[in-house]
Amino acid sequence: MNYGELFRVTLPETVLEIAALLVLLVDLAFLRKAAMQVRAGVAAVLGVVGCGASIVALYNTLGGNVSFGGALLLSSGGVVAVAQIAILALTALTLLLLIDSEFTRHPGEFVAVVLMAASGGLIISAAQDLLVIFAGLELLSISLYVLTAFGKTSAKSAEAALKYYLFGGMSAAFLLFGFSYLYGLSGSTNLNVIARAAIASPGSGSPLFYLALVLVAVGLGFKVAAAPFHLWAADTYEGAPVPAAAFIASVSKVASFALLIGLSEVIRYPFGHVHGTVRFMMIHSGPMSKWLGFSMPWTIVFALLAAASIKIGNLAALAQRSVRRLLAYSAVVHAGYMLIALAWFSEKGAQAILYYILTYGVTTIGAFGVVSVVERVTGSDKMDAFLGLHKRNPLLAGVLLVLFLSLAGIPPLVGFWAKFNLFAAVLSVGAGVWPFILVAFAVAFSAVSLYYYLQVLKRVYVMPVVDETPIRVHPATMVVLLTVAAAVVVLGCFPALLQDWIAQF
Amino acid sequence: MNGVETNGFPMLSLLTALPIVGAGIALVSGKYARFVAMIVGALALVISLVVWAHLPSDGSMGFVERVPWAPSLGIEYNLGADGLSALMLVLSAIVALMAMDAAHHVHRQPNLYFALVLLLEAGLFGCFTAQNFFHWFLFWELSLIPAFFLIKLWGGEKRGPAATQFFVYTMAGSVPLLLSMLGVFLATGSMDFQHLTLLASSGELEPMVALHLGPVMLWLAIGVLAGFAVKVPLMPFHTWLPAAYSEAPSPVTMLLTGTMSKMGVYGMLRIALPLFGMQIAQMRTPLLVLAVVTVVMGAWAAAAQKDLKRVFAYSSVNHLGYCMLAIFALAVPATSAAMQASQAAALNGVILQMFNHGITAAMLFWFIALLQERSGGIRGIDDFGGLRKPAPIFAGLMGFALFSSLGLPGLNGFVGEFLIFRGVFPLAWVAATVSVLGLLVTAAVILTVIQKVFAGPVPEKWAGFQDLHWGEWLALAPVIALMLLIGLLPQLIVDGVNPTVVNLLAHWRF
Amino acid sequence: MLAWTIYLSFAGALIEALLPKGNAALARWVALLVSVVGFGIAVAGFVSAAGQGRVVIADAPWVLTMGIHYTLAADGISRVLVLLTGLAAVAGVLFSWNIELRTNEFFAFFLALIGGVYGVFLSFDLFLLFVFYEIAIVPKYFLIAIWGSTRREYAAMKLALYSFVGSAMVLVTLLAAYAASGSHSTGLIELSHANLPVSFQMWAFPLTFIGFGILAGMWPFHTWAPTGHVAAPTAASMLLAGVVMKLGAYGCLRVAMTLFPHGMDAWGFSFLGLGSWRDVFAVLAVIGIVYGALVALVQTDFKFVIGYSSVSHMGFVLLGLMTLNQIGITGAVLQMFSHGVLAGLLFGIVGRIVYERTHTRQLADLEKMHLSKRLPFAAWGFAVAGMASMGLPGFSGFVAELQVLIGSWTANPWWTAAAGVGIIVGVAYTWRALQRAFFSDVPPAPHVHEHGNEHELAALTWPEISGFVLLGVASLLVGLWPRVLLDTIEPAVKALLAGGAQ
Repeated sequence: MNYGELFRVTLPETVLEIAALLVLLVDLAFLRKAAMQVRAGVAAVLGVVGCGASIVALYNTLGGNVSFGGALLLSSGGVVAVAQIAILALTALTLLLLIDSEFTRHPGEFVAVVLMAASGGLIISAAQDLLVIFAGLELLSISLYVLTAFGKTSAKSAEAALKYYLFGGMSAAFLLFGFSYLYGLSGSTNLNVIARAAIASPGSGSPLFYLALVLVAVGLGFKVAAAPFHLWAADTYEGAPVPAAAFIASVSKVASFALLIGLSEVIRYPFGHVHGTVRFMMIHSGPMSKWLGFSMPWTIVFALLAAASIKIGNLAALAQRSVRRLLAYSAVVHAGYMLIALAWFSEKGAQAILYYILTYGVTTIGAFGVVSVVERVTGSDKMDAFLGLHKRNPLLAGVLLVLFLSLAGIPPLVGFWAKFNLFAAVLSVGAGVWPFILVAFAVAFSAVSLYYYLQVLKRVYVMPVVDETPIRVHPATMVVLLTVAAAVVVLGCFPALLQDWIAQF
Repeated sequence: MNGVETNGFPMLSLLTALPIVGAGIALVSGKYARFVAMIVGALALVISLVVWAHLPSDGSMGFVERVPWAPSLGIEYNLGADGLSALMLVLSAIVALMAMDAAHHVHRQPNLYFALVLLLEAGLFGCFTAQNFFHWFLFWELSLIPAFFLIKLWGGEKRGPAATQFFVYTMAGSVPLLLSMLGVFLATGSMDFQHLTLLASSGELEPMVALHLGPVMLWLAIGVLAGFAVKVPLMPFHTWLPAAYSEAPSPVTMLLTGTMSKMGVYGMLRIALPLFGMQIAQMRTPLLVLAVVTVVMGAWAAAAQKDLKRVFAYSSVNHLGYCMLAIFALAVPATSAAMQASQAAALNGVILQMFNHGITAAMLFWFIALLQERSGGIRGIDDFGGLRKPAPIFAGLMGFALFSSLGLPGLNGFVGEFLIFRGVFPLAWVAATVSVLGLLVTAAVILTVIQKVFAGPVPEKWAGFQDLHWGEWLALAPVIALMLLIGLLPQLIVDGVNPTVVNLLAHWRF
Repeated sequence: MLAWTIYLSFAGALIEALLPKGNAALARWVALLVSVVGFGIAVAGFVSAAGQGRVVIADAPWVLTMGIHYTLAADGISRVLVLLTGLAAVAGVLFSWNIELRTNEFFAFFLALIGGVYGVFLSFDLFLLFVFYEIAIVPKYFLIAIWGSTRREYAAMKLALYSFVGSAMVLVTLLAAYAASGSHSTGLIELSHANLPVSFQMWAFPLTFIGFGILAGMWPFHTWAPTGHVAAPTAASMLLAGVVMKLGAYGCLRVAMTLFPHGMDAWGFSFLGLGSWRDVFAVLAVIGIVYGALVALVQTDFKFVIGYSSVSHMGFVLLGLMTLNQIGITGAVLQMFSHGVLAGLLFGIVGRIVYERTHTRQLADLEKMHLSKRLPFAAWGFAVAGMASMGLPGFSGFVAELQVLIGSWTANPWWTAAAGVGIIVGVAYTWRALQRAFFSDVPPAPHVHEHGNEHELAALTWPEISGFVLLGVASLLVGLWPRVLLDTIEPAVKALLAGGAQ
């Protein structure tokens, strides 16, 4: 065992840990007496720098599989790299929201936990071993529970964290149970070995695999807030402090979907015929993935989850009066869209999912940024708090307009392209009429989503103003929001930019 | 542009454009509008007489102007005038001038009033000179608008519903006409009247229609007839007429009865008979029945009216019924020279009747206008009495007009009716015989009017009834002279019209 | 060059959004300038390209990996519709001259909508067309929700959702067609040559047609239209009825009929006398014509009359499209232009000239106001516009309806007869509205005499007059000299019928 190797393999994660420790150190040693703003600012900046350094480290370790003694295997390159970069970028963005926040008196600790959560996310995106996955998942989840509870003066924060923790703990148990079956069936915790074992045994449609599939789906469905495992989302989004909620909405989703993509290679195959290239196995036996979408049980499970998420998420969002809860249920819906692509999987689909979740993450962070500003000024995140925003701060209103329209899927914003890309990838799998029906279902329900986004925008722009006092926004936050909005517009007009970047990995 | 043909100076375009320009000038002339309008009207009359005088002697189209307009739809700007058209142009010019002269007390917005009258005149000119369906239909419809507004804005008490009914009814009638002609266009690719007439007379039209559309020729004919039946009108499609005629101000009624009703008969002669001759011949009997009903019931209804305007409104229906009677009667294949002569006589009669009735009816309504002015708006047939004592000239001149309407030989009204009956008796003697009833009843009506209005003792209130003063005398005299002239020397018109009649009949196939 | 209409409009929208808030005059003049220049470009493009077929304006790869190109091109049909948009834009700005509330935002949304519409008419890539189509939805919502009148929030939401659902249907077929054709390209021309299987076309066609048809006001999906038109501020109504509904019809023609022509083939069996999707939609169009006219006949609100008349007139467009012959489709395109202009005229008069001054649209109230005396320009203007709208010869509507009738006769005489009925009812409701609103003889309401100053209604302003003249002349010009447009439309339709936009 060469610790040097281990160190090299996990460089990005290591950098993040170091950054976390650094933040704690600086905060403890130098900034005890400084004002809260300064402490928050410094911690955030340090955190951002840490993320940047981690990205650099990532680029350095790119290029093929990196193995560590067979027991621990992390891969980089391909969708993994994209996911990891996405995680780091979104973390940085989230941290920037911290600069103007007042919810905690321990900003250093907050940033440190965020960075640790991010590293957990990096691990699960890349892991190839069940135990490593679980470890990374727990790192991520526990950090998230802590982050949710950070608003010590808010009862809602504590409630949210508790609900999240209880839910999360149970679903982690389900996941572990599922993993144990996979281990039992193949004799190893290494994903590649499991896949090989599954393929090697002919006609293996062992019922235990079905069970494992369902259990894993439950566990991970919770993580991505898919219906019917979504009930924690609304309370968590509502109660957690803004940066934490933004983080949950973006980074943890990216990581979870990356994990799902990685697992999909494994769990799908045992149910189908043996053709096609397994990337990690280098077995070439026949034409590539035309049938990739056909592995029935996997498809059925995720298609059902997708349909349920879209329907329940939309209908629940209709009834919301709180913008945070609305964002939570809309997150359920968007998860549903991505699950469709997961159900009928293909390489293009993987890229499309990552594109989607990345842009969705950016947009959501921006949305939470706006919500935090309004919340601080008006004391509530109800829709009516947004009344007359266009008069109080036209720039902020404009940003919200862009972000929400992007979420609704209106061109030429990036949200539209992400959806289009996703659905095109699903349909190009060519698996008959069911993907088509589900896509039609999704598209139809997007009209419902337009309705509730317009409800918020209506209050921003149309309805009579109640309070006309201008709203001041901290310059740093404004810069972040404007950048996000600009990114949404630019990426929407020139989708090739991001798409080509993703494709190059 | 290719395909452009003009025989010399575009007289007909000028004729149609003149009133349009005049309308624009009148609109801004304030109280001089009437003056402007009459100048324009006089000019128009001169031009139309020039056209009449220079017609080709063989009865074919003169003053042809052809410019492609929308060739893909077979639409051409195609004007031309033969004897029939030219006579109608002269009629329109005369009646329009009369109407403008009669309207010397327009209280509100005279500029708008005369502008509308001129626009109506332009519509008439356009309609009578058009040789392409699109162009013709354009003016057919367009002429409704000034008429509507003239009734609606200056009319009597119930003018609103009257005007609306007039407009909607006529437009509703136009739709089947349009659809039928569209069908013809679809089958032949042409909207040109002459071309279509040639096709029909060589017997190719019906097969072409059958080929493209199926056996719908009869339906097309009915559609076309429906449009004209509303306009002329033919009973029972006449219900718009009494209200419109009586609610319109009298000068407008002059135009309505003098010219607009002739548009319907003209349409029958220019479109219905040439293209659908055989179909009309097939339906001849029911059509003759309708015509006879119109003649007789028109006269009966006139007898029952108490309002002078309504009396003459129904009387107009009756007089035009004769035209329709003749038209339907001559729709029969001619098997002998005698029949041909009868057809020619009938057709000549129709055209003459169109002209003469136009003048006479306009005169009658002019007199009613004068009567109303002096009586303060009263025009009930029973309201007057013995007017020939205080107003002998008035009585005398109106008497002329009344007798002409009755059909007294020596006056213009006789000639047309005579020729019609001369033609119809051999061709459809039953119808002719029954129609004589119409003549009788009309005579009774006219005589009653004369008796009730002019003869008998003078009630107190009319003792001071003003007679015509010399200005009015001067205006009326030429028309009266014309009526006498035509009555005594009908060949003045017949000579100009007969070649056209022969030409038309040669191309009509039954 | 025509692409500049799009860019200019969006640039104008951006400028308007950034203008200082209080200066309404500046906002108006900027908007007028932008729209006039746009119109000028449209005219220049129209004239300079006369006689040419399809002219490609821009073709740049957009997302190469998916075969999506930024392709702008214009054939005869596009050029005519771009011309219409230019006209409607200028007239719309003129008729909105008196808006004081948040003027710059109003014109920002207005110009954004116009830009989107220009974009749809000039797009020859299906994805791009869809993008522009969707872009147009949001400004519509805000225009109605903020500056509208009766029930504006409800109407705006209804409009937005209906449009979105329609475009969702189109999106689904777009995705399916893209996938079915091998995911190589989303260009209209490529897709039309993709030889999609007939079974695919059989369901893709109705889905797309209905998706676009919703926006075109096809019965029975038309219910957003009257509500929307009534609630919208005048300029928005003009654009809605005049141009936006044409987007739907254009989509039906350019996308549904060009990409999925076999979707209109006979089914092989007959259901209630209908044997193909073509029959179905033709019947729906005819129902729309008659239904719209009949309902317009009984309305009490002036604007509702015009709103339903728009449904009726769009029925003519859709009928023309379904005739599938040269004359019918040409007539449909001409009707798109004609109705666009006339609807603008009618809404301009009713919404702007009348409502601004009388503050009522109820026919019963207007009856008592004797507007023919107090607003003679409006009265006569409406008379002219109304007659044009009912298909009076001499105006554009007649030529268009003539062609549609001819075309539909060839296809099926019964449709023609029903359409003829629609025309007759059209005369009736137009006349009724004209009568009651302007030329009625009902004794004036007592309160009119109480306020002496009510006798004089505000005089007509120059923007109102110019807007009216612009539109009126356009309709008259096309009515008297239809070749000015027909020469451009006919070759394009011929090419379309011959083999899907070569």
